[in-house]
Amino acid sequence: MISGAEIVIRCLQEEKVDCVFGYPGGSVLHIYDALFKQDQVKHILVRHEQAAVHAADAYSRSSQRVGVALVTSGPGVTNTVTGIATAYMDSIPMVVLTGQVPTQYIGQDAFQECDTVGITRPCVKHNFLVKDVKDLALTIKKAFHIAATGRPGPVVVDIPKDITAQMCEFDYPKSIQMRSYNPVVKGHLGQIKKAVQILQEAKRPIIYAGGGVILSDAAEKLTELARKLNFPVTNTLMGLGGYPATDAQSVGMLGMHGTFEANNAMHYADVILAVGARFDDRVIGNPEHFSSEKRRVIHIDIDPSSISKRVKVDVPIVGNVLDVIDEMLKLLDGGFTTDPEVADWWKQIDEWRGRKSLAYRQSDHIMPQFVVEKLYEVTGGDAFITSDVGQHQMFAAQYYKFDKPRRWINSGGLGTMGVGLPYGMGVLMANPGAQVACVTGEGSIQMCIQEMSTCKQYGLPIKIINLNNGMLGMVRQWQEMFYSKRYSQSYVTSLPDFVKLAEAYGHVGMRIEKPEDVEPALRKAFTEHKDDLVFMDFIIDPGANVFPMVAAGKGLTEMILAEEL
Amino acid sequence: MRHIISILIENESGALSRVAGLFSARGYNIESLTVAPTEDPSLSRMTILTSGSDDVLEQITKQLNKLVDVVKVVDLSEAAHVERELMLIKVRATGKDREEMKRMADIFRGRIIDVTESTYVIELTGASSKLDSFIAALDAGLILETVRTGVCGIGRGDRILKV
Ligand SMILES: Cc1ncc(C[n+]2csc(CCOP(=O)(O)OP(=O)(O)O)c2C)c(N)n1
Ligand SMILES: [Mg+2]
Repeated sequence: MISGAEIVIRCLQEEKVDCVFGYPGGSVLHIYDALFKQDQVKHILVRHEQAAVHAADAYSRSSQRVGVALVTSGPGVTNTVTGIATAYMDSIPMVVLTGQVPTQYIGQDAFQECDTVGITRPCVKHNFLVKDVKDLALTIKKAFHIAATGRPGPVVVDIPKDITAQMCEFDYPKSIQMRSYNPVVKGHLGQIKKAVQILQEAKRPIIYAGGGVILSDAAEKLTELARKLNFPVTNTLMGLGGYPATDAQSVGMLGMHGTFEANNAMHYADVILAVGARFDDRVIGNPEHFSSEKRRVIHIDIDPSSISKRVKVDVPIVGNVLDVIDEMLKLLDGGFTTDPEVADWWKQIDEWRGRKSLAYRQSDHIMPQFVVEKLYEVTGGDAFITSDVGQHQMFAAQYYKFDKPRRWINSGGLGTMGVGLPYGMGVLMANPGAQVACVTGEGSIQMCIQEMSTCKQYGLPIKIINLNNGMLGMVRQWQEMFYSKRYSQSYVTSLPDFVKLAEAYGHVGMRIEKPEDVEPALRKAFTEHKDDLVFMDFIIDPGANVFPMVAAGKGLTEMILAEEL
Repeated sequence: MRHIISILIENESGALSRVAGLFSARGYNIESLTVAPTEDPSLSRMTILTSGSDDVLEQITKQLNKLVDVVKVVDLSEAAHVERELMLIKVRATGKDREEMKRMADIFRGRIIDVTESTYVIELTGASSKLDSFIAALDAGLILETVRTGVCGIGRGDRILKV
């Protein structure tokens, strides 16, 4: 017989969890004690529970494994909510273990009690309150199973303190059956055949690939499929890296800040092959405008509720993206002829490309786009790039050409400022020795800046690329364009001296103010300071805006382009 | 369009709030909701009366199916089914109204299940529209209290919702 706390740790070991991100407190003291007595599961002590969850989330995003966070009851839990919601919106598999007050105190407003299951319910895939130590191992098994299968997502397991003290036999189930949970994997073959037929007839096709491609590890298969078909591919913000950005068939990212060619190709396509994407509002713009064009839509998604939710679909295929594409490839082996008119479509696309919609204004100041371009060069296009939310995020997405999946780590669905630095920590724990840069802004970085201390403790050499415009730039951009330049609360005044701040935390700080210093500084950071966390404060042109832009309520083709202003 | 959704769900604590939370979070209507364990006590059967366009209903069923505790979902109103609702209604029953109330209850096949000098409690079962008609048929001033269970329903014949 072992204690509930030991059971928790044994479960983590059985799940081959090599590291958890957490923060201790009263209700999890037994668990921390059990953690102390072993060395298989490493613990990363963050400085704020929000960061623990973000780090666990990025651990997942950057690997194929399930990230784990461990926090105490009450405020420990409430601090995790942003992180859980962030992972939920992007379908990231994660298990969050939370302490709870002892069973007999639940409901009595006990010290550090909160209704964890209630608070997290709307932003988890599922959650559990463990009521009996005999259920503990099975519940944790279920949590990992649910988190990682079907459409992935975060699962919370709330464990009252008394349960972690009780003794019980440990028996970890090898596999699990749940009558209420049986996600589909294989797509319907008849539907797949129908889809292939339509692909064959397509004259203006496009492959629209989202985060599902990355989550199901289907990037390679998708690339194979696209090459066979000779169709253009556009990626969503979540799908970047799911198809190589430097490939000739890539038309880049689509959506609110998508390229001219991607948005036009998506809008005017006669056949859309949507793969693990969900036609969200940031992608298709005004839905009426989008629907005004006649086309056929094939939609592959593991989650039936994503299909025909916002756009009517002609051929729904529910299934794991990887399996479905594999089936498609098999069918294509029987011979596939691309419609000859697709050649004209490519001519049209090249014409759109000629518009060079990512060209940007030159300036005496450092342009943020330039920093990202140089970052791309210096890192050989092979770094893990985490980001926050704002203009800098869009610049990173637009100008860093992701050729591989799981390299672009950002909060797409919830758009959570503050994720960038803890995301970097999670990436490094899952990929030790990797090059990791966090492209951020002076607004976002301050939302989890305390994690520089964690990075010091564990030697996590993240390169923080702070695109410092002294403004909540994305807010300012909207105010400039749609609120007659009434810059309400979008200035960030009294900024800290980031160089000194980094140094105070024991790291290296640099301030870069001239365009000619950008590249040398980056090189220095990635070579001489390879093993250091370097805070690179790039003082950028404060007027730089993100283009192209589809304004709220506008159609996908009604883009504002850089020169039009 | 009016729809009756039947759900088989694990009889776990919190299962009801997952369903109720889903409806409020996504802005779906709940006109009534009934729930109780089935002959297998590990399962509950829930009946939700809702309304919405076909697209909304499609989303409601898909989203319900996504809940990890939900075992099965059907839209009963898609095919032949029977539905019932129970109402208990307390009315003033004095003087000439006393006889009139008794008569009305009989016409609607209601049963008087509690009697005092001045009140009756009438039990009435039927389709919701029948209960509505009963209420409409009474003098509003005489109604003291009503309580309704909400709709519950079941498929006709071989249409069976079971694990
Ligand atoms: C937690 C949170 N609060 C508010 C917002 C709204 N928001 C989106 S972008 C942005 C400005 C971000 O500023 P900064 O980090 O400096 O990036 P910039 O746009 O200047 O590159 C704000 C406030 C958000 N996305 N997340
Ligand atoms: Mg800024």
